[in-house]
Amino acid sequence: MSLDYKIIVGLEIHVQLATKTKMFCGCELAYGHAPNTRVCPVCIGMPGALPVLNKAAVEFGILTGLALNCDIARFTKWDRKSYYYPDLPKNYQISQYDLPITENGYLDILLDDGTTKKIRIRRAHLEEDAGKNVHTFGNYSGVDLNRSCTPLLEIVTEPDMNSPAEVRLAAQELQRIVRYLGVSEADMQKGHMRFEPNVNLHITRGGQVFKTPITEVKNLNSFRAIERSIAYEVNRQLDEFLTTGKTMQMGNKSTYGWDDVNQQTVLQREKEEAHDYRYFPDPDLVPVVVSDQWLEEIKARLCELPLAIQKRFVGDYGLSDYDAQVLTGEKATGVLFDAAVRCGGDPKRVCNLLTQTGLKLANERQTTVDALGVSPEHLAVLAKMTDEGQISATSAAVIFEEMTRSGGDPAQIAEAKNLIQKSDTGEIEALVEQVLAENAQAVQDAKDNPKKAKKALGFLTGQVIQKSKGQANPKLVSQVLNQRLASLP
Amino acid sequence: MSLQIDRKMVERVAVLSRLELSESEIAQFSAQLSDIVGYIEKINVLDTEQVEPLAHCLPVQNVFREDVPQPSLSNEQALANAPDQTDGYFIVPKILDDNSGA
Repeated sequence: MSLDYKIIVGLEIHVQLATKTKMFCGCELAYGHAPNTRVCPVCIGMPGALPVLNKAAVEFGILTGLALNCDIARFTKWDRKSYYYPDLPKNYQISQYDLPITENGYLDILLDDGTTKKIRIRRAHLEEDAGKNVHTFGNYSGVDLNRSCTPLLEIVTEPDMNSPAEVRLAAQELQRIVRYLGVSEADMQKGHMRFEPNVNLHITRGGQVFKTPITEVKNLNSFRAIERSIAYEVNRQLDEFLTTGKTMQMGNKSTYGWDDVNQQTVLQREKEEAHDYRYFPDPDLVPVVVSDQWLEEIKARLCELPLAIQKRFVGDYGLSDYDAQVLTGEKATGVLFDAAVRCGGDPKRVCNLLTQTGLKLANERQTTVDALGVSPEHLAVLAKMTDEGQISATSAAVIFEEMTRSGGDPAQIAEAKNLIQKSDTGEIEALVEQVLAENAQAVQDAKDNPKKAKKALGFLTGQVIQKSKGQANPKLVSQVLNQRLASLP
Repeated sequence: MSLQIDRKMVERVAVLSRLELSESEIAQFSAQLSDIVGYIEKINVLDTEQVEPLAHCLPVQNVFREDVPQPSLSNEQALANAPDQTDGYFIVPKILDDNSGA
């Protein structure tokens, strides 16, 4: 019997906002400190302690909503969501229920075939994070509340993704956007961005459509894990349907955790009775009203978004999709590239310098390319010198590295390091004569033996460059060599 | 008409709230909660058709804190009232259904 299926995935994403302090108290937001050292009565959940809202967290939420083409709520409020774990000891999480700060937007992703797909955003609301439970105390658990009350933006998409790759692309695009906006460091390893896909299949068999039970996948701490876990879930659900015929019913959503070691999803729990979080408005917090003026101020902080920049680099500068994507991976890289091109550097050459040398150095030094100390002006000069044959591509990399150390002028560095290629035709002609005289066999092969001509010519060029101590411009050498060979009887 | 809080609903609310109630408590709370709900239901005699829901009882909005770090408690202060502690952590009974992370 023919069987066809469609993969349906929606994403819930928790983004940790990069504020300096927590959402409702003044404790410093910091990663990796000794347990319970960034806590106060509010984030410990002491009775009677009162939360006060961090304005920056609201602005980061609105800024992200704007970048995701969402409607911004002009009136929003705070609700309590019942929660019974010791990592949030006041027994509720402050969240937003019926009036989220933003809703009804979309995210554009660029598919591998070059087309753009819209992933609709249902809503994005602000909430506080819980602390951390630690299970290294035998029959007990340890609780560290440093993370509790950290501002999170929970973004919920519509189930618009239809392949594991699309989910990964959406996740990566979101990461790029929040980093460009500066609203989150979005480091998945540190849990700054937590992706929870909801996956099921619409299976068509015998003209009838069957929907498999939705599963939520957790513990995804890399983009690769996102893609692989969904591919795994698709096969698991297909198998399960073929074996049991189980289909989706109200409330039979279950949670699976991704096991990165065994590369499989593992059942964590079946949802008990439908969740009853018993939301109600938090009487400790007053509503937020967003005025026109405030909204305009936040809008002014929007920047050109990564996908738009990527498309511009391809359209305006003729870069490949791949290069444009690498250059827009981090905001600083694209900004430096743009500036160097405006200073007269050839786009492709500047791109190569940045992606092959700049990003490698930045990576080695665990920093961004703009922090390497190379100005766009100097980068443009370096590109020009390479294009004009004054220096070889290999030397350009050496000079780039020196520029990051001394911040110096590429021309001066090239001079000082003796890396300027000889473009003095007279001098090269003399070297060519010498090489021709010393290598009669190769000369003969180059002239008269079609089978060996190419190899012989390469050998002779190499000899000339060697005699120049690597300083002869290879283009010029082969030009002179070819002319000279042609003139031989 | 007033809503009756029967023992089934008390049991359900107890489960949601992670409370273990004795037989006599269930009976006691059924009666008490029914009384409370009955009392609150008096409000239903009012016509609220044209009234906007109230998000907060104070006519105040936009109370913010600037994003400037303030001193936290010391670890000793934070744990001062904890029934149990080890290595700077609060120690609690082992968590079985770990929903850690909001």
